[in-house]
Amino acid sequence: MSSAPILEVAGLRVEYSTSRGAVVAVDNVDLEVCKGEFVGVVGESGCGKSTMLFAIAALLSPPAAVTGGTVKFHGHNLVTMTEKQLNVLRWRDYSVVMQSAMNALNPVITIAAQFKDVLKAHGAASNNEIANRSAEVMRLVGIDPIHLKSYPHQLSGGMRQRAMIAMALLFTPDLVIMDEPTSALDVVAQRSLMVQIKELQHQLGFAVIFVTHDMSLVSHFSDQLIVMYAGQVSEIGPTRQVFDHPAHPYSRGLLDAFPSIRGPRVELTGIPGSPPDLARPPRGCRFHPRCPQVFDACRVTEPLLYQVGDVQARCLLHAGGASLLETSEASGATT
Amino acid sequence: MSDDLSRDLADASGPATPPLLETRGMTKHFKIGGNLSRKTLHAVDNVNITIHRQEIVALAGESGSGKSTIARLLARIYKPTSGEIYYQGKPLSSMRTRRDSLGYRSDVPMVFQDPFSSLNPAYRVNHGIMRGLKLHRRDLTSRGQRFAEAERVVDAVGLTPAAEILQRYPYELSGGQRQRIGFAQALAYKPKLILADEPVSMLDVSIRIGLLNVMAKLRQEAQVSFLYITHDIASARYVADRIMIMYAGHVVESGPAEAVLADPKHPYTQLLLSAVPDPRAPLAVGAETDKGEPPKVIDPGPGCRFRARCPFVIAVCHQIDPPLQLLGPRHSAACHVAKPDVDFLVPTHEVSST
Repeated sequence: MSSAPILEVAGLRVEYSTSRGAVVAVDNVDLEVCKGEFVGVVGESGCGKSTMLFAIAALLSPPAAVTGGTVKFHGHNLVTMTEKQLNVLRWRDYSVVMQSAMNALNPVITIAAQFKDVLKAHGAASNNEIANRSAEVMRLVGIDPIHLKSYPHQLSGGMRQRAMIAMALLFTPDLVIMDEPTSALDVVAQRSLMVQIKELQHQLGFAVIFVTHDMSLVSHFSDQLIVMYAGQVSEIGPTRQVFDHPAHPYSRGLLDAFPSIRGPRVELTGIPGSPPDLARPPRGCRFHPRCPQVFDACRVTEPLLYQVGDVQARCLLHAGGASLLETSEASGATT
Repeated sequence: MSDDLSRDLADASGPATPPLLETRGMTKHFKIGGNLSRKTLHAVDNVNITIHRQEIVALAGESGSGKSTIARLLARIYKPTSGEIYYQGKPLSSMRTRRDSLGYRSDVPMVFQDPFSSLNPAYRVNHGIMRGLKLHRRDLTSRGQRFAEAERVVDAVGLTPAAEILQRYPYELSGGQRQRIGFAQALAYKPKLILADEPVSMLDVSIRIGLLNVMAKLRQEAQVSFLYITHDIASARYVADRIMIMYAGHVVESGPAEAVLADPKHPYTQLLLSAVPDPRAPLAVGAETDKGEPPKVIDPGPGCRFRARCPFVIAVCHQIDPPLQLLGPRHSAACHVAKPDVDFLVPTHEVSST
């Protein structure tokens, strides 16, 4: 998967204008997505994950606006494109699966009618073609096409979420952006949906940007992982690497936040406190008030992204090149 | 199922005092469709639950398995179609007076799933707690006393400074803080048992563990029991003493948390466990094949309700609904194919099929 990136985000900055002044929700994010790659984005609520997705998909509406950086998709800068130009790309070249399918589907028209809307708006196909393509994508996601005649409320949560994914695949785009598509599902349905997304990806070769707050969910599915905190990328790198040797204390905190079903029962603490108010981010490292490994410099110096082996981490522990984290833990990590 | 066995299943080694709460053959059917429809939805069928003092019991299963219906039955929002609920040995159906029913409500409050819609956005958070105190805590006669008590419970769930938090509006609190207010509200009544219906499933993973720790702490310090309803079996293992697994209105497996997770007897429990994402383990293959959906239990015929998704299905599964059987110490499962523990003697008073 080392072909040229189809999506290049550079220095992306998104601000919400509020009565208290501008709130920077996404701060200087760089990101590349290659063809057929699965990129996981994790972080707590309020850390800017969804805002970043919306910025990439050029779906932001006031008071939010992109105030810096570029989003290059196949070489076009989406940030500076007009709605009319975007409409040519939308759905044909990239599509979005919204959070909670319960509310994202129109409850008063059938699934078929919603598919038809999309196909007409972006392809103006014949009725015959529309029916064929609709049935085809439904089969792709493992739903009997008979359900095209159903209304959303007649489908289970898992089926609705699948129908949303089917809708995103109507034109076989190169990039599918998913915003917590499984958060309303229970574990069994969640698992089978994840497996399905991965299978479809192999079959059709699209790239995925997948946002979730549950780090464990993407562990087996994503190629590249981005951990976001307070609007910034706090760690980015190959997924396995981040899981096996988290370089940032925040990544470690997220990893240790959920109980395991195996091994001894140990008491967990999660991450104390909550994410900062983005209107007034803390000085120095934004994570320092919650960080278990905080030291003096963290309170004043704002860390950059430092290279630690294959990953990059925004943590002063790695500023000097030598990793203090490893020595302090003696975990024998070989990065 | 015989009464004998159900009690055996529940508290083979339990204390001699009557359990805090016990249900026998609790069943809830809903009529569905129009007036002329004779269809019934079997939401909960013949469920026996026992909860002892200071015990955390987890009820796990996928959506639509009847977990929330059980919570609502126990909270007396629904009346059971048949069967009985006993609270401290007394049947709930014998409660007649408003006083009895208020007493029960304050002893067994509920914490809801969605902290974003369960608090009134127009009032400060002290409003709900103070109203509850006025209604249920007659021992607190003045507003000052009630406020002090509200501060105490808010403090007990880990929100500080309590006095300041009480003056905030729900929108000023994060999801985790709101859910803590939910627990504080329940705690204000000096409850014996808190019904927690998916209290953490709407929260971020990083915040969930804090709430689970609050539950464990309240059990320790306020001697509260919990019925913890969840679809996240890993969190059930983390806090619960016992786990009951529900599928399509039936309890299909029940036992000490460790035993159920280490040695799941029922194929559904095995499926549930294999679906839990665990980055520490290699990707388990097997769960992939399952694309089934939980059945809608409308007018079910005889036979195991899991048979359509079960990889081990045999002929008898299509005819006979398997009863819960003891297969290990205090560990039971409702499955025709499940094997008992190696050196475990299945009790001789075997059940006749129901």
